[in-house]
Amino acid sequence: MSVGLEHFLILSAVLFAIGLYGVLAKRNAVVILMSIEIMLNAVNIAMVAFSRYGHFITGQVFVIFIMVVAAAEVAVGLALIIAIYRSRKTVDAEKFDLMKW
Amino acid sequence: MIGLDIAFWILAVVSVCAALAVVLMRDVFRAALFLVLCFLTVAGIYVTLSADFLAGAQVLIYVGAIGVLIIFAIMLTRESQRGSPQGRLRLPALLIGLFFLITMLFVVLNTDWHVVAEIPTQPTTSAIAQALFSGEDGFVLAFEIAAALLLAAIIGAIVLVREK
Amino acid sequence: MSTGVIFAIILLPLFSFLVISFVLRPFFKHRPQLSWYTTIGAIGTSLALSIWTFIEVSAAEGHVLAMPDYEWLAIGDTVINIGVTVDALAAVMLIVVTVVSLMVQFYSRGYMHGDGGYIRYFAFMSLFTASMLGLVLADNLVFLFLFWEGVGLCSYLLIGFWFHKPEAARAAMKAFVVTRLGDFGFLVAILLLYAKTGTFDIGELQHLALAGTLGGAVLTWAAIGVFSGAIGKSAQFPLHTWLPDAMEGPTPVSALIHAATMVAAGVYLVARMFPVFASDATAITTVAVIGGFTAIFAATMGLVMNDIKRVLAYSTISQLGYMMLGLGVVGMAVASGTISTEHGLALGVAVGIFHLFTHAFFKALLFLGAGSVSHATGTFDMRMMGGLRKAMPWTYLMFLIASLSLAGIWPLAGFWSKEGILTHAWEQVPLLFALGFITVFLTAFYMFRVIFLTFYGEYRGKAHLHESPLVMLLPMGILTILAVIAGLIGVNEFLGGHSYGFFEALTHPLAWASLCLAGAGIFLAYAIYGAKWLSAASLRQRFAPIYTLLSHKYWFDELYENLFLMRLLINGIFGWLHWIDDHIIDGAVNGIATVTVMGGSLIRRLETGQLQAYGMAIFIGILAIVAFLLIFS
Repeated sequence: MSVGLEHFLILSAVLFAIGLYGVLAKRNAVVILMSIEIMLNAVNIAMVAFSRYGHFITGQVFVIFIMVVAAAEVAVGLALIIAIYRSRKTVDAEKFDLMKW
Repeated sequence: MIGLDIAFWILAVVSVCAALAVVLMRDVFRAALFLVLCFLTVAGIYVTLSADFLAGAQVLIYVGAIGVLIIFAIMLTRESQRGSPQGRLRLPALLIGLFFLITMLFVVLNTDWHVVAEIPTQPTTSAIAQALFSGEDGFVLAFEIAAALLLAAIIGAIVLVREK
Repeated sequence: MSTGVIFAIILLPLFSFLVISFVLRPFFKHRPQLSWYTTIGAIGTSLALSIWTFIEVSAAEGHVLAMPDYEWLAIGDTVINIGVTVDALAAVMLIVVTVVSLMVQFYSRGYMHGDGGYIRYFAFMSLFTASMLGLVLADNLVFLFLFWEGVGLCSYLLIGFWFHKPEAARAAMKAFVVTRLGDFGFLVAILLLYAKTGTFDIGELQHLALAGTLGGAVLTWAAIGVFSGAIGKSAQFPLHTWLPDAMEGPTPVSALIHAATMVAAGVYLVARMFPVFASDATAITTVAVIGGFTAIFAATMGLVMNDIKRVLAYSTISQLGYMMLGLGVVGMAVASGTISTEHGLALGVAVGIFHLFTHAFFKALLFLGAGSVSHATGTFDMRMMGGLRKAMPWTYLMFLIASLSLAGIWPLAGFWSKEGILTHAWEQVPLLFALGFITVFLTAFYMFRVIFLTFYGEYRGKAHLHESPLVMLLPMGILTILAVIAGLIGVNEFLGGHSYGFFEALTHPLAWASLCLAGAGIFLAYAIYGAKWLSAASLRQRFAPIYTLLSHKYWFDELYENLFLMRLLINGIFGWLHWIDDHIIDGAVNGIATVTVMGGSLIRRLETGQLQAYGMAIFIGILAIVAFLLIFS
């Protein structure tokens, strides 16, 4: 069958769900960050699909901004992880529990 | 177009498998490599959607910058035994993921999307440029702010990581 | 005659109390006599004003002075007034209270001389007099209840005057609590009447009762409630146990409060509410029956007491029973229609209050005489006395006259009032008449037992005997004169009763019979304690079971205190309630606290500090909202 908007949206949803699982279920902080990137990419796919099938360019403009923000976020996030690694010698997310009761 | 369909299916399957590999693999480095593969396939999907400029931007930014950054971070934070184990919340996370997926499927399949069938084929670069920089309905402000954001991110990252 | 004068009668002793308490006691402790002068001045002026009021009332039409009401409290629809009723009944009571009070204050100067609490004594005496005067003048039940409680308070303060003595403190507590039981019934009755009629005013209540608007079960219960207050204050059966113990207080207190005035307040209350009582057969029969029973019941206990004041206390209870009996039988006649309402209402009041009037004088005199005896011998125990008539001739003479008056010997005051009661009892309820008639014998016997034991024979004690000072003898003398003539000055007619001629009264067969009976009682007392033809000790042995019963006061004190109080209430019900309070109520409160703490310690496990858990929680929330929107739109 011919590929339509729904296919891209379903692909986007699947990637987002996988990324979600990775964010919630993994212990390595870097892997969590990677999963967040997967989620952002999934959103980008959906945006571009809407832009293509809705015949307006705004979706793609938005994707550019998302990419910019994602890049900044990865930079800062990784800096954080490295800083934590320096003081605690671990990147295990379950060990970061200073806010515990 | 049949070629487009085949390309889409191949790219879709590969990207999903790569994403699964990222979240399920034990070895962090291999997971990072699969992440890069995922980014590349997403760039391919942009091409099938006639978003040429974005495909290029995707490869440059994600694969070129973010992917490399992540690999650097992995190397700098190497924990010998650990790797990438599963957390305590894997079962609830699985359930939530599935639940989310089912909800989205339900939404996507039951909404009446107004779809335009024809394929826009012109290069999108100038269209994007028009949209970004034109007078009243442009995104100039957002553009400038994005620049400031990047500056802040750079400074923040440097501050966080520098040695005292 | 303005309301100001009437209120002044109440306010002057009250003002005396305030002055003594707040000016004299702090600043003039070195001159205690000032408190006596203040009291005498206040009560003396009240007496003068009372006499003036009496004259005005007797000159007025229908023996009533109309007085306006003042509004005191208005709470929503409820309005409580301050007002006074000045009628024949009030006028007579005013005279009784002020005269006896004034005589007792004079006497107290001698009796309480040198006592450490001298100033406090006169402060309380003034307050008591003010409360009693307010009580007899009040025209609505709230105002009356206020003073009712006031006299109860002063009684407590004065019984426990020597509060260092544990018996006195206990007696004061007992008096207060036992009368409180009666007062509770009274209060419930007041509220019940208000709920049904919307008024506290006594005059209005009387009209409603007579008209039949207020009737049936409500009237019965309300009247019995009011009477229960009277039972408490007037020490009638079954709330009689406090009065003998109240003799722990100073003797002038016993004379004023527990002989002449406060205990008479119960009788006064029944008389004031007489139309209400007389409209309900059940209530008025209760009054008569309890009165008659108490009369003989208390008299039997007075036969065996060794303490003079205890004998006099039981005598007071018995005589109060007579007063209730008098009110009761006439009321029964009115309720059953034997006597016309208009005539019967005044007659009942006259019969009961006339005896109150005469009794006040001779009983106060008897108490003052007992005080005089103890002033000389240092004790009230008759086993340590004897032969006092040589050393204390005046006391002996006055005591003798008072006893004859109490026994009902013609032509003294007691004869006239007691005959009035017995005559009406004979006409209405022969059974109760029998009880009262036997009591005549008992009364004469126990009084003359006291006289022979105290004033005749050989002195068995060790004190140095002397007659009392003039300041004590003069008031007694005035009371003696009143004990003689009180029956002859026309108070009975003034209140609305029948009058008997001076010599004509002797021709009634009933009068003869009771005089003979009284004489027999005196003779028997002489036989046992005077000439000693019969030995008291051997009589005690022969009638040992009866003697034990009487001297233990029918074990009523044990019944009330041990059985009811300790077993049933304190250990039983109150112990239960204490347990419930500790474990259930406190347990509930503590339980809530414990549950909260436990809940908190459960819930805080959500605060793991871990990023992913929080992220999951956020996402679950988002999903929930989305699902909700999807399903319900």
